Amino acid sequence: MNNNIAIQVVNLTKYYGEVLAVDHVSFTVNRGEFFGFLGPNGAGKTTTLRILTGVIKADEGSASILEYKAGSLKAKQVTGVVPEMANPYGDLSAWNNLMLMAELYGIPAGAARERAGSLMQEIGLHPRKDSLVKTYSKGMKQRLILCLALMSDPEVLFLDEPTSGLDVQSARLIKDMLQRLNAKGKTIFLTTHDMDEANQLCARVAIINEGKIVAIDAPEKLRMATRGMHSVEVSFDKMVSAEVLAAIPGVNGVNKLGDKWRLYTTNPGELVVSLINYSSSNGLKIISLNTLAPSLEDAFMALTEKRRKDV
Amino acid sequence: MSDLGTVLQQARRSLAIARKDMRIYYIKGPVIIFGVLFPVFLFLSFTIGRQLSIDFMIPGLLGMILFFTATSVSPVVVPWEAQARTLERLMSCPVKIETIIVGDILASFAFGLAISLVPIILGLALGVTISSPLIFALAVILAAFCFASLGTVFSIPPTNVPATANMIAATIRFPVVFISGIFIPLSELPAWAQGIAYISPLTYFTDIARHSIQRQGHLPVAVDLLALIAFTALFLAVAMKLHQRTMPKRI
Repeated sequence: MNNNIAIQVVNLTKYYGEVLAVDHVSFTVNRGEFFGFLGPNGAGKTTTLRILTGVIKADEGSASILEYKAGSLKAKQVTGVVPEMANPYGDLSAWNNLMLMAELYGIPAGAARERAGSLMQEIGLHPRKDSLVKTYSKGMKQRLILCLALMSDPEVLFLDEPTSGLDVQSARLIKDMLQRLNAKGKTIFLTTHDMDEANQLCARVAIINEGKIVAIDAPEKLRMATRGMHSVEVSFDKMVSAEVLAAIPGVNGVNKLGDKWRLYTTNPGELVVSLINYSSSNGLKIISLNTLAPSLEDAFMALTEKRRKDV
Repeated sequence: MSDLGTVLQQARRSLAIARKDMRIYYIKGPVIIFGVLFPVFLFLSFTIGRQLSIDFMIPGLLGMILFFTATSVSPVVVPWEAQARTLERLMSCPVKIETIIVGDILASFAFGLAISLVPIILGLALGVTISSPLIFALAVILAAFCFASLGTVFSIPPTNVPATANMIAATIRFPVVFISGIFIPLSELPAWAQGIAYISPLTYFTDIARHSIQRQGHLPVAVDLLALIAFTALFLAVAMKLHQRTMPKRI
């Protein structure tokens, strides 16, 4: 196996009864890569992650983490995990949660205390380290869970929707910390359905839909490969109907966004000219006009909807 | 790492899990109610008003307490962890499912052992004497481990509701108490009831306790000890095998 590969997944398949949750999924993640795993709810993201972290077993295929079989003690020893909707032990203090984690990873007590102290400082929980976790807010709990995953200083970090439902400050803290970890060379596998988060953090993303991988590439490349999803955002000084805008040549779709219209097109340059002509011939004044490249969300929607139509 | 190294490493991690269980679950209401208060009141309701000697009552009380306490923690830990959403984190740590189960057993074992000291000290204070204290101590330790292992069998069905696990445990615990020579000595039971009594591990512990305190038992002590060892091995094997299947279903 190539030493540069941190995670290798080959034909991974998982059934829940009759339902095919993960359908012969294959991909690799390089060492030091920030890899996003995107998909709508029920697409198979969490199931894939749970197989990789050894919580459940695959029915077919194989996966390895740093050359160790996924789910083996050695693979678990080199990984840190932030599961979806997980909780620390509410009846223990944050400090005791961290010490438990250290014992489960076989970290000597002295090194564990030092590591726990510095993690709690970095994530801003040190003043509350001796409080019972059940007195923590959701954001504090999630920050603590990230600390728990980092206690063993893992080479590979798995995170399942780590910022879902968090306040802006906690989400920002977690994202900043993940970027710092990645800069230090840690491999990060992030499942999310937050396109902005994936776009900000990930060097490469895989999009999974209905258990199958539909695309793997850099977010920019996926965006640019999404044909027909360029758009022009325009606002006028007077009311204009969607039907009128849809009739302008080159417009493939129309969306109202507050006081603006988003017009989808394959040729934004020609559409801008058409809009200027339309406004001057109809006595309208353009308040604002912007051309937009497809977002990762557009790419995601195009890829997941295309598959639905193909099926 | 060698096989022995892995075993020792996992044993240390089981102890860490047991310490966690002790901190969290010993003070939970259902554990105190079903593990301590219930057997005491049940025992009192069957003994008050009857002319029973202390020598007869203490082995029965000890058997009841040890059985209920040692089976009070282990059935509920896994469902509680799944309900509180702490189980997935635990399962993703470098520990085997067997390590988690042994940790839960050790916590339940220690709880049973500690609480069983109460009837023992009470008996000694009331003038009870124990013949062969070493064999008696060995029997208490073995029985606590056996009953704690049985507790993890109760938690095999993949329910994430601790009350359901407790209900399953109660459904088995109560009949076991009545057929194990706690209230009526084995020798006074009809033959068919004695046949049923032999499928209960509590029967063998109560018999050893009667040997040690009343100086009279129904079976040879060696048979009682071997039966406890056999039941322990059976419960451990069943729990390890079936939790492998059901624990991932809780996530």
